[in-house]
Amino acid sequence: MPDAYLDHAATTPLRPEAVAAMAPLQGEVFGNPSGSHRWAREARRLLDDARDVVAAVVGAEPGEVVFTSGGTEADNLAVSGVAQASGGRVVCSATEHHAILEPARALGGDLLVVGGDGRIDLGALERELAADRSVGLVSVMTANNEVGTIQPIAEVVDLVAHLSPATVVHTDAVAAAPWLDLAHHAGPAHLVSVSAHKVGGPQGVGALVVREGTPLSPLLLGGGQERERRAGTPNVAGAVGFAAALAATARDREATVARVERLRARLVAGLATVPDAVLVSPVEPEHRTPGTVLVCFHGLEREVLVFLLDQAGVGASWGSSCASGAAEPSHVLTAMGVAPELARGALRLSLGWCSTEADVDAVLAVLPGAVAQARGATTDLGRPAASGARS
Amino acid sequence: MMSGGVDSSVAAALLADEGYEVVGVTLKLWGGESDSGCCSISDVDDARRVADHLGIDHHTFNFGDAFTEHVVGAYAADHAAGRTPNPCIECNRHIKFAAVDERARLLGFDAVATGHHARVATLPDGTRRVARGADLAKDQSYVLHMLDQDRLARTLLPIGGLQKSEVRARAAAAGLRTAAKPDSQDVCFITRTQGRGSFLGERIPLTPARVVDGGGATVGHVAAVELVTLGQRKGLGLPGGTDPRYVVGIDRGAGTVTVGGPADLVTDRQAVQGWAWTGPAEPGEVLVQVSAHGSAHPAVVEPLDGGEGDGARVLVRWASPQRRVAPGQSVVAYVGDHVVGGGTATA
Repeated sequence: MPDAYLDHAATTPLRPEAVAAMAPLQGEVFGNPSGSHRWAREARRLLDDARDVVAAVVGAEPGEVVFTSGGTEADNLAVSGVAQASGGRVVCSATEHHAILEPARALGGDLLVVGGDGRIDLGALERELAADRSVGLVSVMTANNEVGTIQPIAEVVDLVAHLSPATVVHTDAVAAAPWLDLAHHAGPAHLVSVSAHKVGGPQGVGALVVREGTPLSPLLLGGGQERERRAGTPNVAGAVGFAAALAATARDREATVARVERLRARLVAGLATVPDAVLVSPVEPEHRTPGTVLVCFHGLEREVLVFLLDQAGVGASWGSSCASGAAEPSHVLTAMGVAPELARGALRLSLGWCSTEADVDAVLAVLPGAVAQARGATTDLGRPAASGARS
Repeated sequence: MMSGGVDSSVAAALLADEGYEVVGVTLKLWGGESDSGCCSISDVDDARRVADHLGIDHHTFNFGDAFTEHVVGAYAADHAAGRTPNPCIECNRHIKFAAVDERARLLGFDAVATGHHARVATLPDGTRRVARGADLAKDQSYVLHMLDQDRLARTLLPIGGLQKSEVRARAAAAGLRTAAKPDSQDVCFITRTQGRGSFLGERIPLTPARVVDGGGATVGHVAAVELVTLGQRKGLGLPGGTDPRYVVGIDRGAGTVTVGGPADLVTDRQAVQGWAWTGPAEPGEVLVQVSAHGSAHPAVVEPLDGGEGDGARVLVRWASPQRRVAPGQSVVAYVGDHVVGGGTATA
């Protein structure tokens, strides 16, 4: 059985369009876009072209796109930048990425509860906004990275505009970008975070879209680049690769979604045959992204299952991971009310733009055995028997 | 298990050289502050980079919940109950040679290897025992005394036959980045800056106590009776100028710590609970060691309560009087340089 990569939500392979677009920047084109000569102008043009593409995909003006070092910086800039500029309270959903939760926590922010499907409770948001006028920022992700749940951003924006017009709405669209029409699903927000490497661009680059007139203090001070919202010499090659990947994603969106929905159906049907497996991701296509399938298995430890799948040539994860690589309790599953014992058996299988039927078949071929072994059965995955010690 | 230190790095290298199918595992045990014990990110980095260098896979396993319960929680509870625990032994007992071993079984591995300075010896009849490491100054057989036949059959201690200097030389020769890394010290979940008292103060109530002499007269005060250990000499608030005085009794109910001279600290017998023989019971004279790097002295281990099974209470009768052992410390019996049994000192 060939190796199968089912961790596209962690990162996905570079798209060929991104590789091609970045090729000139691996040598011949190297200028600093802030300079005043032709080398600089050449780089500047590529950076501006990239900015145009990102703006078009998100439904923004080019001047509203701030390139960053990735989704985490974009999220931090949104939370800390608005809090500093407006002085208001930060409110975010309980299932946000750590790149939102940690800066929000540092600022004493408040969490919005979610339902069992991961969708925020708009009534709770309404009460937060009605309670006082001090909310400076509401941050709700477009789609969740662990379970794929899609949030009703347009409704959040409408609610905030109605009840607290001065409050800024941010949405982390990092996990949504490979799948959703961002102009439609994320575009209504004042601030939108996107990351390149989730859509087949390079790691280490992303963007925060900042609607004209949104109060935002910069995190990085220096040479005033990115219209004084993000100092530092821009990552031109990264931005170019990002734009190429995002354009390809948008161009192929309908076909990719249709194809991956079929793969997902095959995957979910296979998972249903594994005993005591609980699908946590929402079922209805309008409530979740096509690629992310979060399933929990009773009676096993996720670290064991992911290890066994790795040994069998399948790349998967239990959700998000800490830098040490150890599994930590998932705040997303906790917020969704998944019992801790069940959450210990979490497995995220995530499909991407280049996933194939063979990938799905490969994981389904080894998963039942791996689950049985992780539960303490003596099943072997067909690895050569070890003659001696390991570990 | 690769802690990120030089010993486990070389252990992994030796096994890889011998052709074992090796996977390196680093344990994430403690989310709190740590000087560098066994679970900091930089130690995980070192372990991973050594694994990369050796061409073996590396994984990080989170045993934080089990560690918090069985090691940190037990450490605090032991202090609260007036015992002097050894958390490294509890970590070996509950985590490294229990939870990790059980996971290794699940994953289909035949053995768990660590970088302890000790060996696994097999007798002609097939009985396995922990034996002292070749480097007696670094010997860690004492902290592995709880390994039973089942665990020993699945345990590899690859560096036990090497001197520490040889371990470092091999690490350097193999180009391992951990070759010159200092040895880890002290309790890994308590930082030097925080200290034991402050760590425990956040977890258990600390009670002041009077320090009294043999006649009952108050001679000093301590802020926390939970931090006082049998045999302790310093930190008792005693005036100087007298012969050395040691803690010879702790009565938590009365709130007193009794001090006395060296003669009050010796005994010819020591009660031990949770005793387990590694193999068959040794009815005759053995050598008994009561601290990680102390010497072993001749004694006979007698069953108490008529029981001889695991977890039994026993009485260690010293051939010549020895210092009393603080309750909670491990009492380990050797024949020659082989561990033959052990348990936990009780009052």
